[in-house]
Amino acid sequence: MLRVIQVIFGTAVAAFLVVPIVAILPLAFTSSIFLNYPIPSASMRWFDELAEEPVWRMSIINSLVIGGAATLVSVVLGTAGALGLRHGRIPLGEAVRTMFLVPMVVPPVVLGVGLQITLVRLGLANSHLGVVVSHAVLCIPFVVVSVSTALAGIDTQVELAAASLGAGPLRTFRRVTFPLAFPGIVTGGVFAFATSLDEVVLTLFVAGPNQRTLARQMFSSIRENISPAIAAAAFLLIVGTLLLAGLVALLRWRERARPGASE
Amino acid sequence: MLIAPLVVFLAVFMLWPLWIMISLAIRDDEVSEVLPRTAAALADWNGEGIPGSAAGQALADDLRGAERTRLGPAVRRLNSDISGFRTLMARTQRAADDVTDGAPIDLVAVDERWGETRYWRAIANAVQPYTDRYLLAAVDLERDPDGAIASMPEGASANAAIIVRTFTIAGTVTAICVMIGLPYAMLIAATGGWVRNALLLSVLLPLWTSLLVRTTAWVILLQNEGLVNAAITGLGLSDTPLSLIFNRTGVVIAMTHVLLPFMVLPIFSVVNAIPRNLMPAAASLGAPPLRAFYRVLLPLSMPGVLAGSLLVFMVAIGYYITPALVGGADDQMVASVIAFFALETANWGMAGALGLILLAATTILFIVYGRLSRSGAPIGA
Repeated sequence: MLRVIQVIFGTAVAAFLVVPIVAILPLAFTSSIFLNYPIPSASMRWFDELAEEPVWRMSIINSLVIGGAATLVSVVLGTAGALGLRHGRIPLGEAVRTMFLVPMVVPPVVLGVGLQITLVRLGLANSHLGVVVSHAVLCIPFVVVSVSTALAGIDTQVELAAASLGAGPLRTFRRVTFPLAFPGIVTGGVFAFATSLDEVVLTLFVAGPNQRTLARQMFSSIRENISPAIAAAAFLLIVGTLLLAGLVALLRWRERARPGASE
Repeated sequence: MLIAPLVVFLAVFMLWPLWIMISLAIRDDEVSEVLPRTAAALADWNGEGIPGSAAGQALADDLRGAERTRLGPAVRRLNSDISGFRTLMARTQRAADDVTDGAPIDLVAVDERWGETRYWRAIANAVQPYTDRYLLAAVDLERDPDGAIASMPEGASANAAIIVRTFTIAGTVTAICVMIGLPYAMLIAATGGWVRNALLLSVLLPLWTSLLVRTTAWVILLQNEGLVNAAITGLGLSDTPLSLIFNRTGVVIAMTHVLLPFMVLPIFSVVNAIPRNLMPAAASLGAPPLRAFYRVLLPLSMPGVLAGSLLVFMVAIGYYITPALVGGADDQMVASVIAFFALETANWGMAGALGLILLAATTILFIVYGRLSRSGAPIGA
């Protein structure tokens, strides 16, 4: 009896979590103009629309450009920050670490109101750069966390050995620390890119019409004119994030498979 | 040295914006910017009787040079305190224009209302650089003419109701997440092999999928012709489609789906660390299974439940996208109202005040969460 309840409950919850995501995938290939089942016949027309309709096309390009730039900014700053925090000699180290993680928990709407005014004062309102730095703020915690984790796994004796063999600090970093931390840096970058790709709220506050991202465009089409183009865009986002998730899994697996990897 | 660039970056693009947001809530320089000399002259007035002639002199000097575009908002602000200020200021400005800078002027002769304390008191209040009016308005309070805090007339403002609604929705979602997440996390911990992996993957897959995509999915599934209603009518549970979208039901369903992983993972990491032989031990001491569960497993899982609940509640109160897309007009949470004030009406004071309340609530929850996680309760996956 208990067993039966367990099976039913487990299946039901798993289905509740997974089915909605899977259920919208086929709708991307509908030939109908309605975002609904049943699907009359398979068609690529909505993907064509994404590629050809200027609004969608521009939003996809914007997403890739802004996502790429935000990833670059957050990876460079976040990696440097994680390296700086590593040995804990920083005064107020705990406060600094908390500051690096705060963007994760600040309600995005609150940050959005402040950023909108800040960017106006800096002359960055309605600019790509403004959207990039806003996204980078949200991406940074993910980079700091994953690079910190990777750095914590490095045996400092390896670096000491390199130094004792005559490598300067820069050379030790370039030849020893950086390669060992690289999977963590890539993981952080992937999280950063995925975060930027999915960002809507800050974009709503800081982006002008020319900086509309794919997520922002989806948000307004759901509110204004709902069409299967949304399902096609969702399909691209799901496939994109799954590919990125696969990349992270592959990196973790290689990390674990590497002989002598510290655990 | 390596942390310097990141500290500077976050100081400019995170701390400064947050500071600006907070100052929007409490700054009030509409009037003091236009009437700086009056503000200085009224600084040491005790609020009784009529201020000395120097104040009238300063007011005339301020009004004489005032630009119309900046004077407008200031007068509107004063007029909202005492109606009639608009004509009073217009008449006073005309009179001030007729005399030269620094020449004495008798304001009571210009308009006898300058002989009343309340007009001066309104100016003295309005030239204060800081105000609590937005923060009070955020919880439906205001100051009456005597400066005492009073509640706004019925129906004048819905802010307090929206804050209550925000906490209600977040609390409901948190409670449902506990009810589903606790047994589910225990189930994952109790199983092994591929079943365990499949159950865990079901939690991680949504976590990996874009929030926007998951909300979109619910918009599509819950509509009147959507799959959920097709299943309900198909199974004969109801003859007509249920209205599941653009109402509270839809918001709670979609938010539960989005936030459930944040509940399951912390509980799982706690439950999974509980030694497996405790339940058999309880049984061997004569506890029936249900009693063993209540006295052993459940108390030991509590740190995870607490951590998960804090996390879910903290994220839920700031939610914007899901209520905006799945909810109706009566399901909008405080974040939507902040966005409305900031994006649609440019009412920065109200946007800032509600933002400050949301930020304060989040900060308190974050500090409690941080204390819990430092005190040794394992949190997160």
